[in-house]
Parts: sequence; C-alpha cells; structure tokens
Amino acid sequence: MADYSMHTVQNNNPIGKIALRWGLYVMLGIFAVFYLMPFFVMLTTSLKSLDEIRTGDLISLPREVTLDAWRTAWSGACTGIQCEGMRPYFWNSMLIAIPGVAISTLLGALNGYVVSQWKFRGANIIFSLMLFGCFIPFQVVLLPMARVLGMMGIAGTIPGLIFVHVIYGLGFTTLFFRNYYVSIPSELTKAAKVDGAGFFRIFWSIFLPLSIPIIVVTVIWQFTQIWNDFLFGVSFSQAGTQPVTVALNNIVNSTTGVKEYNVDMAAAIIAALPTLLVYVVAGKYFVRGLTAGSVKG
Amino acid sequence: MFKWLEENTPKLVLAPSFIAVMVFVYGFIAWTAWVSLTRSRLLPKYEIDGFIQYDRLFASPRWDTAFGNLFIFGILFIVIAMILGLLLAILLDQNIRTEGALRTIYLYPMALSMIVTGTAWKWILNPGLGLEATVRGWGFENFTFDWLVNPDMAIYTIVIAAIWQSSGFVMALFLAGLRSVDGEIIKAAQVDGIPTWRVYTAIIIPSMAPIFLSAFIVLSHLAIKSFDLVIALTGGGPGYATDLPATYMYAMAFSRGDIGQAASSAMIMMMVVFTIVVPYLYSELRSKDG
Amino acid sequence: MSKILEINNLFKSYGPVEILKDINVSIDQGDFLVLVGPSGCGKSTLLNCIAGLEPITSGNLSIGGQDMTTVSPKDRDIAMVFQSYALYPTMTVAKNITFGMKVRGVDQATQDEKLAYVAQQLQIEPLLKRKPGQLSGGQRQRVAMGRALVRDPKLFLFDEPLSNLDAKLRVEMRTELKALHQRLGASMVYVTHDQIEAMTLATKIVVMKGGIIQQIGTPAEIYNRPANLFVADFMGSPAMNLIPAKAVKNGKGTAIQIERNGNTPIVLSDTKNLDLPEDVILGVRPEDISDASLRANNETQEADCVIEIVEPAGADTFAVMELGGKHVTARLHSETSAKAGETQRLAFDLGKVSYFAPDTGKRLN
Repeated sequence: MADYSMHTVQNNNPIGKIALRWGLYVMLGIFAVFYLMPFFVMLTTSLKSLDEIRTGDLISLPREVTLDAWRTAWSGACTGIQCEGMRPYFWNSMLIAIPGVAISTLLGALNGYVVSQWKFRGANIIFSLMLFGCFIPFQVVLLPMARVLGMMGIAGTIPGLIFVHVIYGLGFTTLFFRNYYVSIPSELTKAAKVDGAGFFRIFWSIFLPLSIPIIVVTVIWQFTQIWNDFLFGVSFSQAGTQPVTVALNNIVNSTTGVKEYNVDMAAAIIAALPTLLVYVVAGKYFVRGLTAGSVKG
Repeated sequence: MFKWLEENTPKLVLAPSFIAVMVFVYGFIAWTAWVSLTRSRLLPKYEIDGFIQYDRLFASPRWDTAFGNLFIFGILFIVIAMILGLLLAILLDQNIRTEGALRTIYLYPMALSMIVTGTAWKWILNPGLGLEATVRGWGFENFTFDWLVNPDMAIYTIVIAAIWQSSGFVMALFLAGLRSVDGEIIKAAQVDGIPTWRVYTAIIIPSMAPIFLSAFIVLSHLAIKSFDLVIALTGGGPGYATDLPATYMYAMAFSRGDIGQAASSAMIMMMVVFTIVVPYLYSELRSKDG
Repeated sequence: MSKILEINNLFKSYGPVEILKDINVSIDQGDFLVLVGPSGCGKSTLLNCIAGLEPITSGNLSIGGQDMTTVSPKDRDIAMVFQSYALYPTMTVAKNITFGMKVRGVDQATQDEKLAYVAQQLQIEPLLKRKPGQLSGGQRQRVAMGRALVRDPKLFLFDEPLSNLDAKLRVEMRTELKALHQRLGASMVYVTHDQIEAMTLATKIVVMKGGIIQQIGTPAEIYNRPANLFVADFMGSPAMNLIPAKAVKNGKGTAIQIERNGNTPIVLSDTKNLDLPEDVILGVRPEDISDASLRANNETQEADCVIEIVEPAGADTFAVMELGGKHVTARLHSETSAKAGETQRLAFDLGKVSYFAPDTGKRLN
C-alpha cells in the first residue's frame, strides 16, 4: 500500500491556507465530540448520584463522584427477579467466549490450511459454501437450532451457546486463515513433504509459527463477535446462563423499582469493557479483522 | 489403511466443519423454508400447505410496518454512514498530525455491543432527563426532542445510533482505499495543477468503486440483521412503530409462539440478503478463480 | 548397471487436459539430467511427478531400481530445491537444514555432524543462526541447497533454482553447482527454461514442448543434431538460422538453392549424397557462417552476401542478412571487415548444417 497523503490545496495565500487548516481541525474536532459524547455521558452518569441525575444536565461533570452505581451494577442490580448484578453474567460470557473463540479459531486455522494448501477436488466449492454461511441472517436458523439444542440436551446451557457460536463462527475464521495461507507459496508445503513431514507436522512446525498475526486478528474478531452477541444469547439461554448483553438489557428494561440510570450506565460500561480493552490494546488487529471480514475473496 | 489415512487426512480434517455447515446452515435453511409453507403455530407441523403463512404475513399491519421500516432505516443508515465515512476518511487523509488518535476515536463504537450502544442512546435521547431536558436547562424552554417516544420519529433514533456505531468502520474502509490509490497518478495530477477537490472527485473516488460496493454490502447486511439495537433502544416501540423484520421474527418465534409466521418472516429476510449478497459473492469468487 | 531414475510411459492429466504425454526417460548414477522447455511445457509437472508431489495418471516410475509410482515423497529418498527456495520462514538456517532429519528421528549428534559438514561445503557457517528473512538471495539459495545436500539422497531435484537470482550471481552459482555435481558424483534432475543453463550443466538434456519430449541427448547431440525445428530454434543463442531452401539433385550431389530478395539465389552444393525432398529448411548455426577469408575447410561453400546490420558483441561480431525471406545471423570474427550495406564474402560450413522437412519439422539428415 502506497503510504502517501494528499496535501491540502497548494495555496499561495498563507492566511487562506492557515484558515483552511484550522477549519479542517475544527471539523475533525466536532466529529470527535460526536463520537466521544455518548461514552462521556455514560461515564459521568455512572459516577453521579440519582439525585444529581434528576436535576437533568446530561453534559455536566459529576459534582460528587460516587462509585455506588458501579457496585450495584456489578453485584446488586436486578435482572427481573434476581438481584446479583452483572457479575455472574460477566463470567457466563467469559465461559462462553473463551472456549468458543479457542475452538472456532483452531478449526478455522485447520480448515484454512486445508483449503489453501491441500486442495482437493471440490475444496473450493466447500469453501464457497462455508463462506456463504457467513452471510445468512441468523433468524433463519433460530427455530431449528432451538429444537436441535433441545434434542442434544444442551438447550439453555453454556455448552449449547459455545456450540452455536463455534458453528456460525467457522465461516469467518476459515476465511481469515484461508486468505492468509493462500499467500504462502505452496512450495513451502512441498519442501516440507519432501523433507518427510506429514499434514499435522507441517501445520504445527511451519504454518502455526507463521500465523501469529492472523491468529490475533481471528481471536479478536471472534471474541468481539461472541462477547457482543445478543441474538443467540437471548434465544438460547435461560436464567442463570445468560450472557452479559442479555443481562444488561434485562437490567435496563427491568420494570421493578426506581429507574436507576447511573446503574444502567455502569452496567453498560461493564458489558463494554472487555471489547473496548481489546480495541484499545490491539486496535490495529481489530481493524484488520473488520476490513478482512468485509473485503472478501 | 495407514496410507489411506495419510492421503485423506485433509479431507477428514475438513469433514466435520463441512458437515456442520451443511446441516446447521443449509439444512436449517431448508427446515425453515419447509415450515414456512405449513400451518405451524405453537408447534411445527410438516404438511405443506402452500403460501398461507406468507399471505398472513403480507396481510399483517405489524409486518407492513416492520418491512417498511427496514427500507427507511436501511436506506438512511447506508447512505448517511457512507457519506459520513467518506467525508471522515477524506478529512483524515490531509496529513493530520493527530490522525492515529482521531481514527481510534471515530472507530471505537464498532467495538461495542449494539446493546451497549442502544442503552447509551436510550439514556441520551430520553426526553425526561436526557438531551431535551439538558438543552431546556440551558434556557431554551421550548426545545423539544422527543423522537424516542414519538411513533413517527422513533425509527430515526435507531438510524442515529446505528450511524454512530458503524460510520467509523466505513471510514476505516475508505481510508484504506484512499491510501491504496497509486501515488504516482496523484502526483501527476498535482503536477498538472489540478485542484485537490478535483483530484478526489475525478480520480480517487471513482477508483474506489470496489470499496463502495464492499461498504454497501456490509452495511446492508448489518441493516437487515439489526435486532439488538432496536431491542435495546426502543424495544420495537412505541407500540410496534420501530419493529424491523428481525424483531418481528423474534417476537413471533419466542413470545407469540407463532412458528409459521417466524419461519416465513425469516425466509423473507433471507431472500432480501440473497438478492444483495449472492451476486456480490458470485462475482468475487469468480474473479478470484479466474 | 541399474538406472537411478527410470520413467516409463508416464501420462499426467488434470481432468480432461493432458499435461504430460508418454514420457520415457532414464538416467544413470551420476547423471545430471536437465529438463528444458518454454513455460507451460510440463517440465515442472514432470519434476513434481518424480518427487511424488503430483500423482501420475498412468505409467510407472522407479528410483534406484525400486518402483516409486505411488510412494509418497518422503519415502522416495529424494531432496528438492525450489525456485522460491521455500525456506521455512520461522526457523533459523540451521533448523531449516536439519528439519528433514529431525522429522525422520535422526539423533542429535548425527544432525550436528552433517549440518557442520554441509555448512562447511557451502560456506554458510556464519549464517546458521539467522532467519531466512535476514539473508540475501544468493545466501538463501545456498541454504536451500544445504537443506537438500544434508539429506544425501539417491536423487536431487532442482526446480529452476537459479531463476530468482540476478544475472551475475546466476552465472556464479551455475559454475558452483556444476563443481558440486562433479565433486559429489550425485544424480540430479534439473528443470530450467534457460537453454544456456541446460547446455552448461547437463550430461543429458530432455527438451520438452506441450507435454511431449522433443529430444533426449547429450548437450552436444542436442546442439549439433537437433531432432526438429522446435529444438533447433529453442537451443542455442543466437538461435539457429532456419532458411527455406530448394534441394536439387545433380551429378555430384545436391544443390541447395536459397532465394534472395532482389538478387540471384545462393547455390551451395552438398556432397554427402543425402536423400532430400525438394523443399527443405536449412538449419545453420550462426558460427557456421563465417568470413571466407578467415576460416575455411573442405566442406565450406562460399557466397557473396549483402550485410544489413552489424552488431559488434565484443569477442564476436554478428552480421545480419536476408536469405530465403528470413533474417540470418552470422557470427563473424570481431575484426571482420563486414559493414552494413556492403557485400561480404561468407563461408557456409555445410558439414555442420541440419536439414528439416518444412511440413513435419523433423530432421532429415
């Protein structure tokens, strides 16, 4: 990718040039405010007391910072009848996301390795069929999946949700690894075969050590997908196994008692924290996953 | 035996995933398609009975609203997110010193769950204590911004939140596209004395046609699948003013116990996705093979 | 003596497309076989078939006297050097070279010993701890060779190993490869599209086109007695002149007439009493057309020709003229008096010419 940037209009008038430059930065600043504002509001609201919130100034900083709302959100807020806060659901999401990410990434790596380096007749068709699976609206599989999970005896359980996330994550993980491995010359596999290595040995000794960047991209992508999922979570969980997004929605929409906006906002930030953290720490890979997931091929 | 195993390892490795996709994607689509042609209600029935569910669907005013909303929401969301994303990309492409930080700020909403986005905007847009009350507090006593509870306007709050969430992503796509345009062409244009804005309109933007297509596909896909955001922001209300096909399908499947309606509305969603995605995927895969 | 490599009636097709047709080749211990041809001629596919990386559609193949037709690459006792070198990017040079032994469970002491020997042979000791990404093209090439050498196989396979090097390095490595072959006495199969590489390295050349073997022979046989027009044109640089001519029998032998644009035909007489059809294509190497005053033997025939272009090339000077409607190149001495636009008396060495049938392209003499 050519690394160049457009320069602004070659203007002979230095005052006009400076004005243009200022205008540019002001516009960029306004947009930055637009994107930051909701998070700022969430954060300040979560640190205010309910009394202060009722005075009705969204933008103001808290007069008195209190972490009460955070404590309640974490361990006391009610989702319907239970009042355990976000904590158990946060861990549910972890229990779903970690194995879900690990299994779908590993399978995606193996699948991508096969369809890029061990092509056999029909491999391309299989890959196309899997790729297409990325695009279906999941509503079309909700009903039969609910029945099949029931038949398998894992309806409403965490293993059931892991299973669903692995199945519908496979298309993307396979795509990521396939596109990465396709650029590795097939001579590498040939050389290793002549050296006496087999399918798994070549994967383990040669391809996996090469795959760190794409593993990071895939893990981040899958983690974000699974953590942020709501549709599968709300459809296939029951009280006690719900993921964090479902719990958040329940807390916010729970009709019992006083509406505690500060608790809602604290709970929302708690639900957002892991993916935000991943984004801040590994933003480069996050963006790569997004663009790789959209520019297909 | 050992030799057979050695030769067929790749196929054996791919087999479980392939079978899973065949069953859980294609098999399930077939199941849903089948059930959408039956009189299923609370429990699925398997006797084909024509297009009765589709007749019911198209006669339902709620579906009418949901389907219409899909187009209002989809078109506004896609068009505005594309324009905003392109604008941000072009602005950021002017040798901005703080580009890295700004990019991070514009893109972070993409890392959030739609439920979080919905929760945040629901709070901001609520008339009682949110933006409306704040602006009134500044002395503008007649300021009104009650879209969230106004059945005619509520769908636009979903558009706003969705754009907030996704336009940074469109920016990232376009920025990558801008940066991949051949630098020499642009240098040549600058040497020829062509003004910057003409360079963009005449050279750079037309050469990014594939990126527009990608962005369109991804955004339309997001629009059709939008479910979480509606649930968190409006819950489909007021009434069912902000229902989308995705929420309609969910309501039929899990709260109303009307499997036939759920299946037929899911199939309509599927077909909308098909008409957009299939030509795209087909051309992409073909061009890769060729 | 048993053949180190023997290929009988080998066919290879991808679906309905036949890539290799009826390949029969064999080599002895110590041979350096070069498969040469234009791109798409099937030479690399044939090499992959020998390696076992591509299955054979029909026919059989044995290495070291054992049938290897369906044996997997790792059990064929071969080593291979690839065009892109195919070094394992995450392993050091040392690990790259010993990977094959490690996979095969060779003990560490033997690995170290062989590594040291090969590193010394190829003078890559200082590189052993580096990763491939830190090496130059020539160094990578050496490491790739080291990985093959360390295995000490029955048969070495090379897939255009020099084509990614720059011109100067390519010549150096070519010489080194030849020296290595002579020192080791190993058997090698080498694929290239570069006919000079083929001529300089091979003890035996297979010229291929369209999946069919055109000719098998020593470099001298291929060069001096090309089997058909394709081989004549492909091997040698500048290429052999292929001039349409008429053969007319007379009492003493055969008169070879070559038409000239706006001039009287050249008539050369062949004394070998060949049985030629009337229409022939005369194949003359540029070095077999020389200054009449400088080189002559009893089979040379002289004629006056109008020189169109003179290209001095250091040791030689090439002169281009028009004969039989073709541009014909003569390789003259650098001190030739030939000048563009002037007539020069040239000697044609009929003892070394080839005759081809215009319709089939086959050699006639």
